[in-house]
Amino acid sequence: MPALTAPALTATALTGGVAQLSLVIEIGGIPVRVNTTDSGFLHLLQNRYAGFVASPDLAQDRTCIEFDVEIRPPAPADPEADVSVTRRGSRWSIERGDFRAEWDPATRRGRILQSSNPYSIDAVLRIVHTLVLAGEGGLLLHSASAVRNGRAFLFAGASGAGKTTISRLAPPDATLLTDEISYVRKLENGYTAFGTPFTGELAKLGENVSAPVTALYLLAQGPENRIDSVPPGEAARSLLANVLFFAEDEELVQSVFHSVFEFVSRVPVSRLTFVPDARVWDLIG
Amino acid sequence: MSRLYVARNPRAAARSLDGEMMIMSGRDSTLFTLNRTATILWQSADGTTPLDEIVARRICPEFEVEPGVALQDAENLARELARHEIMQLSETPIETKRNPPAGDAR
Repeated sequence: MPALTAPALTATALTGGVAQLSLVIEIGGIPVRVNTTDSGFLHLLQNRYAGFVASPDLAQDRTCIEFDVEIRPPAPADPEADVSVTRRGSRWSIERGDFRAEWDPATRRGRILQSSNPYSIDAVLRIVHTLVLAGEGGLLLHSASAVRNGRAFLFAGASGAGKTTISRLAPPDATLLTDEISYVRKLENGYTAFGTPFTGELAKLGENVSAPVTALYLLAQGPENRIDSVPPGEAARSLLANVLFFAEDEELVQSVFHSVFEFVSRVPVSRLTFVPDARVWDLIG
Repeated sequence: MSRLYVARNPRAAARSLDGEMMIMSGRDSTLFTLNRTATILWQSADGTTPLDEIVARRICPEFEVEPGVALQDAENLARELARHEIMQLSETPIETKRNPPAGDAR
């Protein structure tokens, strides 16, 4: 177990005699600083987000988001409970059976009440990233993604479409960004895909690297490996069905809607039909 | 007989892609793909042109249909779109200050 003095962990202050500990988790180039007084929880995060834990210096970045996490004893919670993401004024309220969180984009500060587990904060991070991305034309997509020859390829589909399979079949020269949730930002030079720690069945964290998005494939399994063009309308509909967005907010829903059409107008979308063997990667990259 | 006015609901988001009009409801994020008749209705729904004029000028010439039948169909369609809150209906002209783009201008 790493010592509390490891570079990624900092003891920032004493709160009533208890050291406040911090960790910076950077996903998609956006740093999120997590503060807590619970050292066990912090170590749990350091293990969960290995590869995405950044230097505490990033906390000085003006884009840094900051959460104070208050650890509560575990309470019975409905595992099937839906998440609720609502806005009152400038403040977001995010709730599920196992946590309550608030976040204010204006100050970039927020608070999470949860028990000491990695799943609750993981949900909060995913949701906060969807809110940030929605405001800047980016997307969190239900898709696997990988980098090959310096270019990122996205593989979208519902559960069972083959995201985990295509990730598992990736050749050694491909770098897996995620087998489950792709992180796409709209930057000055186009769309860029980033690695994420958000895992699916493969339960393997993506590599914390990024590359320009070259193509998005809608996955289908079939008797042969082939790529077929997809009409733009179908591409947009398929992409909309694979966007992760949880907030009940008309303005942001409209932003996400238009972001999808923008993405489809700039990134080639095709259908990738494949038999589950490694030869499918001969068509990619 | 009162006339009916239709306007695009500003709470809906619309885009036209390769001739297909897609609308997303702001209420519940439901996605609608409009057929040709519904697309004409959506694009013409400026809040000030009565529905019967839209039917006479835009729909009848394109589909060679009896005006009475076309108007009834268009009214049913408009009410269906209004039920999903992507269109507004009124017996008086509708304030269009917040009328969103028809979807193909973006």
